[in-house]
Amino acid sequence: MDQSRYEYLLLLGDNSMILGHRLSELCGHGPSLETDIALTNISLDLFGQVRSYFQYAAELKGDAATEDSIAFTRFDRDYRNAILVEQPNEDFAHVIVRQFLFDSFHLPLLEQLVNSRDETIAAIAAKSIKESRYHLRFSSEWVKRLGDGTEESHQRTQAALDHLYPYLHEVYNESPIEKEMKKAGIGADLATVEAISRNTIEDVLTESTLMLPKIEPRMVRGKQGIHSEHMGFILSDLQYMQRAYPNMQW
Amino acid sequence: MVSSTLHIANQQIEEALWSVTDPEIPVLSIMDMGVVREVTQDGEAVLISITPTYSGCPAMDTIADDIKKALKERGYQSKVKLILAPAWTTDWITERGRKKLQEYGIAPPMDEASDKAALLDGERMIKCTHCGSTSTRMISQFGSTACKALFQCNECDEPFDYFKCLK
Repeated sequence: MDQSRYEYLLLLGDNSMILGHRLSELCGHGPSLETDIALTNISLDLFGQVRSYFQYAAELKGDAATEDSIAFTRFDRDYRNAILVEQPNEDFAHVIVRQFLFDSFHLPLLEQLVNSRDETIAAIAAKSIKESRYHLRFSSEWVKRLGDGTEESHQRTQAALDHLYPYLHEVYNESPIEKEMKKAGIGADLATVEAISRNTIEDVLTESTLMLPKIEPRMVRGKQGIHSEHMGFILSDLQYMQRAYPNMQW
Repeated sequence: MVSSTLHIANQQIEEALWSVTDPEIPVLSIMDMGVVREVTQDGEAVLISITPTYSGCPAMDTIADDIKKALKERGYQSKVKLILAPAWTTDWITERGRKKLQEYGIAPPMDEASDKAALLDGERMIKCTHCGSTSTRMISQFGSTACKALFQCNECDEPFDYFKCLK
């Protein structure tokens, strides 16, 4: 099996899955019907992308692996998502800022992956990119509305940004697998992704009257499987059905 | 070469595929949606390639089952393959499909530039499916499904869905 390629697919899929799961927690709890539906639709898009990544990963892995076994039966240390997407929903400002920071990174990442030498990854990226454009539009518009809104919405959004922004650094920080995949022409060049992402963030924050926090980046290593305290709670929810009824199918 | 019309040599197979509809938009055949990408036949075994509209589209499994059922009724064994490339675009919805969407109460997708103007700049150009007025406004970028946005008419006050342009 092509171990590095498999690990890279986990890296791509796990970010979308854990963020998708966080958004799914809001189903029926959104602040308004429209935002509830929007956030769960974004969740659905992300899960759709995850299915494509994991179906391909299962093919590479063989050994009767399926998209479900990859999604639901790994231990926490085997998940490769960044700490940013694990952060809890807290309030609407946190949900929107987390989404915006991720989207600002996700879109240029997919723009790079469209040219991947791996045809399947390129096809998944080409499909996902159209959806992610809508996600970024949605989250940017809300960051502006909240930041440049009332005194309270501004304060809460700034607080969410101060909390979440230090975690963003990790997604730009090249892990050994990402480096190897970039060299092979399969993975993205994260330096380019970072430059575009930072530009988007700067533009939107300026318009939102929000300040880029001057806080040191957090040295976290979710991509290497070292997760935050939130991850165990996420997984106990996410994996419940497969743990309780192994190999169950819908 | 990607085209929105697919020529199928076998009439029975073509009929079967036209009879399958999108479970979320029951007036629309999957052929009008441009979801069927390739049909190959080897004796009685038929291979149908379909592509999802959106990655997470929950209708794909149902569509695949419905295709197999429709072909079985006509005496064909079939396999349905899901392909991702090239990615689906709203350009593949046929003229007929657009009309049917409008009649069903979903405003069909506009071209990319108009779509942006309507969704981002709040320009009033999406035609209300109830009264036909173009004085409409967006309520939410995401509607009842990921492929739609929710609009409301300023003239008749009724809400309606708009099928977003996907390119």
